[in-house]
Amino acid sequence: MDAWDEYLRPGHMGCPGCGLAVAMRLVLKALGPRTIVVIIPSCEAVVSGTFPYTALRLPAFHSAFLIAAPTAAAISRALQIRGEEGITVCAFAGDGGTFDIGIQALSGAAERNEDFLYVCLDNEAYMNTGIQASSSTPECAWTVTTPKGKTGKKKRFMEIMAAHSIPYAATATIGYPDDLMEKVRKAKERKGTRFIHVLTPCPTGWRMAEDLTAVVSMLAVETKVFPLYEIIDGEHYRITRLPKGLPVREYLSIQGRYVHLTEEKIAEIQADVDKNWRRLEILAQSVISPERSNLRPQG
Amino acid sequence: MKELLSGNHAIAEAVRLSKVQFIAAYPITPQTPIYERISQMVSDGTMDAHMMRAESEHSAMAACIAASMTGVRVFTATSSQGLALMHEMLHFASGNRVPIVMACVNRVVAAPWAFGSDQTDTLSQRDTGWMQLYCEDGQEALDTVIQAYWICEKVRIPAMVIIDGFYTSHFIEPVEVPTEDEVDRYLPLPSLPNRFQFSDPAFLTNVVDAYQYTEFKRRLFEDLRAAKEVVREADRRFEEIFERSYGMVEPFEMEGAECAIVTSGSITSCARIAVRRLREKGFGVGLLKVKLFRPFPSEELREHLKDIRRVVVIDRNLSAGKGGIFWDEIRSALYSMEARPLVFGYIGGLCGEDVPPEMIERCIIRCMERKKMEDLPEWMHGMST
Repeated sequence: MDAWDEYLRPGHMGCPGCGLAVAMRLVLKALGPRTIVVIIPSCEAVVSGTFPYTALRLPAFHSAFLIAAPTAAAISRALQIRGEEGITVCAFAGDGGTFDIGIQALSGAAERNEDFLYVCLDNEAYMNTGIQASSSTPECAWTVTTPKGKTGKKKRFMEIMAAHSIPYAATATIGYPDDLMEKVRKAKERKGTRFIHVLTPCPTGWRMAEDLTAVVSMLAVETKVFPLYEIIDGEHYRITRLPKGLPVREYLSIQGRYVHLTEEKIAEIQADVDKNWRRLEILAQSVISPERSNLRPQG
Repeated sequence: MKELLSGNHAIAEAVRLSKVQFIAAYPITPQTPIYERISQMVSDGTMDAHMMRAESEHSAMAACIAASMTGVRVFTATSSQGLALMHEMLHFASGNRVPIVMACVNRVVAAPWAFGSDQTDTLSQRDTGWMQLYCEDGQEALDTVIQAYWICEKVRIPAMVIIDGFYTSHFIEPVEVPTEDEVDRYLPLPSLPNRFQFSDPAFLTNVVDAYQYTEFKRRLFEDLRAAKEVVREADRRFEEIFERSYGMVEPFEMEGAECAIVTSGSITSCARIAVRRLREKGFGVGLLKVKLFRPFPSEELREHLKDIRRVVVIDRNLSAGKGGIFWDEIRSALYSMEARPLVFGYIGGLCGEDVPPEMIERCIIRCMERKKMEDLPEWMHGMST
């Protein structure tokens, strides 16, 4: 690794404390120089820069909103036709572009097992357009379009992707960069459709101080709100970090988007988180021991 | 060699002969036989290409754009609702200057649900920055697909090759299928650049400001206008090798005519019969077939119509609240003439309703007596023959 093994340059246009920009940097760092990047309208476009400037050091294409998956799939096929090998095509899409408007195109590409890595950068709302709710927005979270808190639960997207029997799917978050990069490297080694769901906290939209991005990311894991795991071939679940099991309140209370929650509501969310964790535990074949985790929440 | 082929299968043959490397498609009537035949050819090795079984037309066009940008020759085909679903991607294709050739088989756009031929689906995509080439029969469709690759790759603008649903797409006629060698002499082997280069990485299609946007669009506008010369050259070269040519606008029996009928697509064949019969009856009537709709052949139309008193435009399409779309475009093109002909619009053949030669004759005879242009078109529907 040399000083230039970063593929997202400093000086990008993301907000202060942007978790998404950190995720893009880590993913590209793990993928290396032989990577073609597909982005779509989202905060990724803001981070990537405006013509004729760009923060990206790799060949990249700003595609349209619904089509991160078929765009990456077709680039990959065209490279194969041209006989160009050893290149990873990586599509970045936000939660809106993945959970909502892009789900059909992603499902089609995954069913065909097209050869590309799809990274969903999930900040749990349409942040680029100014904090409107998506189907990834958690229940009760405030957004501009859900002023009293969102009704309806966050879509369990990993289970949808697992149902496509794709070779590799994983969750990750920027608070655990080694885990994230390890998963990207694993994904890179495989062929077919690979999916990484990255929780990327957004201080602007989550209504919190911009120095809390990493902390809230770790708390999402340690409270079991966003467990870290991987799914091989849509079947074999493996939890990659055993959460401490902190009360969900610790995660919720530092975010302004949950400031309206009652005690009763917090208890309901806790029950829901516990239920989802139990389901994951049943699905997981093996759970790593807590000793193997060397990263701890700080602060 | 002549083969009995439907218009759809003639297009599939042209795709094979053009050595297309990547196809992404989704089924829709009446286009589906193109998709089926190409799938068969790719599957049995007759064609060395990748077939992506897209889950929607929107994704099919998205895939064609991305594959073309990566430097391979691409094709797709669609109709009606499928084309409407693609709409966003059509702008994206022309904006990215990708030389995609797409076969469009005209079919009505719902509601109400129906299947017959109607050009409103393709004409609704008029302003997407694509070239549009309307074909009269299967032979012209086959030849035009091959020509379109030559044109598109020269000007880096995508093109629709358009035929009527069922009339042309499903009717089986003898079609001259060129040999691979002949087509190879006409069309160079695919050699598009891969725009994703590691040595000089570019961020393609990122956000621009108003000045930059206007510059990009003005270039597309100018290149699309200039594409007319390329279309002419493509046809001239084609004639040298294959001894067939079409022109942007094809005159038929126009010598000494005082009245011209203007058609596009398969209605033209019936209009040819009507014109012959009217000539036999002593009427000074000729025919102009408009093949190229974008870029619009305004100068060519003015040239052909400069001595004409009356023009009758038949439109198998409808812009509700205005009239026939060819009629509207032709009136606009003729406005700069000092002595303008009267231009009458007729809406006919919507949803594949038959427009027999007798009905066309009747329209012409009525127009001979009309003294002034109207704002609204007449309807051939329900008109007795």
